[in-house]
Amino acid sequence: VLKKLFLQSPAEVGLSLLIILLLAIVTIAFPAFLNPDNLRSAFDDTALLLMMAIGEMFVLLTRSVDLSVAANAALTGMVVALFNAAHPGAGVLPVLVIALALGGLLGTLNGLLVWQLRIPSIVVTLGTLSVFRGLVYIVSGGAWVNSDQMSASFLGFVRLPFLGINLLSWAGIGVAILAFLFLRYTLTGRNIYAAGNNPNAATYAGINVGRMQCIAFMLSGAISGLAGYFWAARFGVAYTDVASGFELQVIAACVIGGVSISGGVGGVAGVVLGALFLGIIKNALPVVGISPFFQMAFSGLVITVAVVLNAGTYRNRHGRRILEHQEAAP
Amino acid sequence: MSLLSSTMAQAASARPGFSWRRLLKWETLLALVVLADFILNAWLSPYFLNPWTLSDASFNFTEQAIVALPMALLIIAGEIDISVGSTMALCSVVMGMEAGAGFSTPVVVAGGLFVGFLAGCFNGVLVTGFRVPSIVATIGTLSLFRGIAYALVGNGVLKSYAPDFAYFGQGYVAGPISFELFLFAVLAILFAVVLHKTVIGQRIYAIGANPIASRLSGIRVEATKFWIFALLGLTAGLASVLLTSRLGSTRPSIASGWELSIITIVILGGVSIDGGQGSVLGVVLSALLIGLVTFGLNLLNVPGIVLGIVTGGLLIGVVAISSALGRSGRRR
Repeated sequence: VLKKLFLQSPAEVGLSLLIILLLAIVTIAFPAFLNPDNLRSAFDDTALLLMMAIGEMFVLLTRSVDLSVAANAALTGMVVALFNAAHPGAGVLPVLVIALALGGLLGTLNGLLVWQLRIPSIVVTLGTLSVFRGLVYIVSGGAWVNSDQMSASFLGFVRLPFLGINLLSWAGIGVAILAFLFLRYTLTGRNIYAAGNNPNAATYAGINVGRMQCIAFMLSGAISGLAGYFWAARFGVAYTDVASGFELQVIAACVIGGVSISGGVGGVAGVVLGALFLGIIKNALPVVGISPFFQMAFSGLVITVAVVLNAGTYRNRHGRRILEHQEAAP
Repeated sequence: MSLLSSTMAQAASARPGFSWRRLLKWETLLALVVLADFILNAWLSPYFLNPWTLSDASFNFTEQAIVALPMALLIIAGEIDISVGSTMALCSVVMGMEAGAGFSTPVVVAGGLFVGFLAGCFNGVLVTGFRVPSIVATIGTLSLFRGIAYALVGNGVLKSYAPDFAYFGQGYVAGPISFELFLFAVLAILFAVVLHKTVIGQRIYAIGANPIASRLSGIRVEATKFWIFALLGLTAGLASVLLTSRLGSTRPSIASGWELSIITIVILGGVSIDGGQGSVLGVVLSALLIGLVTFGLNLLNVPGIVLGIVTGGLLIGVVAISSALGRSGRRR
C-alpha cells in the first residue's frame, strides 16, 4: 500500500507542470501579477483554501465527506470575533485555543454521529451545515462584527510578516507539513488510509474504521475552526454568510489534487497543488482583466474540466465511486 | 468473500415484501411528525386552519418538492446531483433574456425547460459517459451553471416578463388550490406510479441496490441513469419557471443553496443515500413536513437562517431515530 501510494506521482507531476505553465502564461502576459502585494494576498487566499482542503482530505480518505467545513469556519469565526469584541485585551492565544477547540468539537460531533449512529456522512454534514449556519445567526443575533470591534492583535496576527510572506501563509504551510508527517509516519495516519482503502480488510486487521472516521472529522473540524478565525481576521469581518458555499471549492481542491472521493487514495502533495491551482486561477483572473461576473463561469469550467480529466485516474486507481458499491463491469 | 456476502445481504434486503414493511414504518414515523406539527401550528396560530393560509403555506415548499421527486429517483439509482439550484438559475436567466427580447410566454417557458433539459443531459454525459463520480461532476457544474448565469446577467435584474407569465407561480386552479400545488400533486402521483408500479421503477431500484447485477440482468444501467439526470434537469427547469413566475424577476443568485434543501427533503423522506431504497410517499410527506415547520416558524417570526437549525436537526434526528430503531439497512 505504501509503495502504491507514493508511486502515484505522475498525476501530481502533471498537475505541477500545468500550474507552472499557468503561472508562466499569466506572468508573461501580465507582469502585474508578480507584484509582491498581489502575490502575498494570493498566498493568503490560497492558504485558507489549502488548510480547509487538508482537513477535508482526512475525511475523504476515510470514505466520508464533510460538507460542514465552511459553516464550521463561519460559526467558529463568529464566536472568536465576539469573544475578541468582549475581551479585547485577552490577546491572540485564547482566540487560537477557542478556535481549535470549538472547531474540533463541532467536527467531533459530526464524527460521533457517523461513527456511533452509523448515519452516512453526507447526511450528517448536510444537517450540521444548516445547524452551524443557523447557530452563527443565533450567537450573533444576525449582526455583523466589523474590524473596528476587533482588537489590533486579533487583526494583526494573520498579517505578521515573516520571510516575506504573512503568518497566514505560514500557517497554511505548517498545516500541510504537519498533515504530511501525520499521515506518513504515525500509526493513526496509516490507519486512516487503511480504513478508507478497504474498510473490511482494515476491520480484520484490528482497525476501528468508525474511530478513524471520527478522528478525521475531528481534525477537519479543528482545522476549519482555525481557518474560521483566520478568515474573520484576514477580511476583518464576521457575519452569518461568511464562506457560504466554500465547502464545494474545498472539495474541488481535493479532487483536482487527486484525492479519491471513494476513500484511501490521495496525499498532501496533491492537495497542495490542487489548492494552488484554484488559488492561482482565482487571483489571476482579476489581474488578467476578466470581469468578476465571468470569473465564476471560468473557474466552474476549469473545475469541471479538471474533474473530468481526473476521472480517468479514478478508474485506474482502485476506483469505488461514492454512492455505488462496486464499479460496474465494463 | 465479504464483498459477495454483503452483496447478498443487500439483495435480501431489497426483497419487496421486507422493504415495504420497513418503508411503511418510516412513513408512519414521518406522518406522525407531520400530524404533530400540523396540530402545533393550529394551536400556535388561530389563522392557520384557514384554507387560504394553508394555500399560502404551500408556496414555500412546492417548488423544492417538485425537484425533490426526480432527485429521489436519482438518489435511489445511486447517483446525486448538487447542481440543481444552479440549473434553475441558468434557466431563469435564459427565460429573463427571452422575455426581454419580447418572446411570447409559451416560448419563454419552453426555453427555460429546454435549458434545464440540456443542463441535465450535460450532467448525465459527465457521469455516464466520462464516468466522473456524480458528486464530483455536479460540484463542477454547480459553479459552471451559476457562473454562466452571472456571466450573462452580471449584477442586473431581469424583470420584463409578460403579465400572463405570472400565472405559473401566482395563479390558482380552483379556489385556494394554487397551480403550483396542483402541479406538485399531479407530478407526485405520476412519479409514484412510475417508480412503484412500472418496470422502469423496479429497474431504478435494482440499479441502486446493485449496479453489477442489474447490468448482468440486461438493464441498461448507464442509459437509465442518463435519462434520470435529463429528467431532473427538465424538472429543475420547470421549478425555475414556477419560481421565476412567482418572484416576477430574475437575479443570477436565484435559488442558491436550494440543492441542499432539496436533497434534505429527499433524505428526510427515507430515501437511502446509498441508493436502492425509498418511496415517493416518503418524499411527499417530508416536503409537507418541511413546509409546515417553515410556515410554523414563520408564524413565530423566526428568521429564515434559523430554520436551518430546525431542518438540519430534523434531518439528523429523524435519520438517527430510524437508525436507532434498527433500520440499519444503511450500508457503509
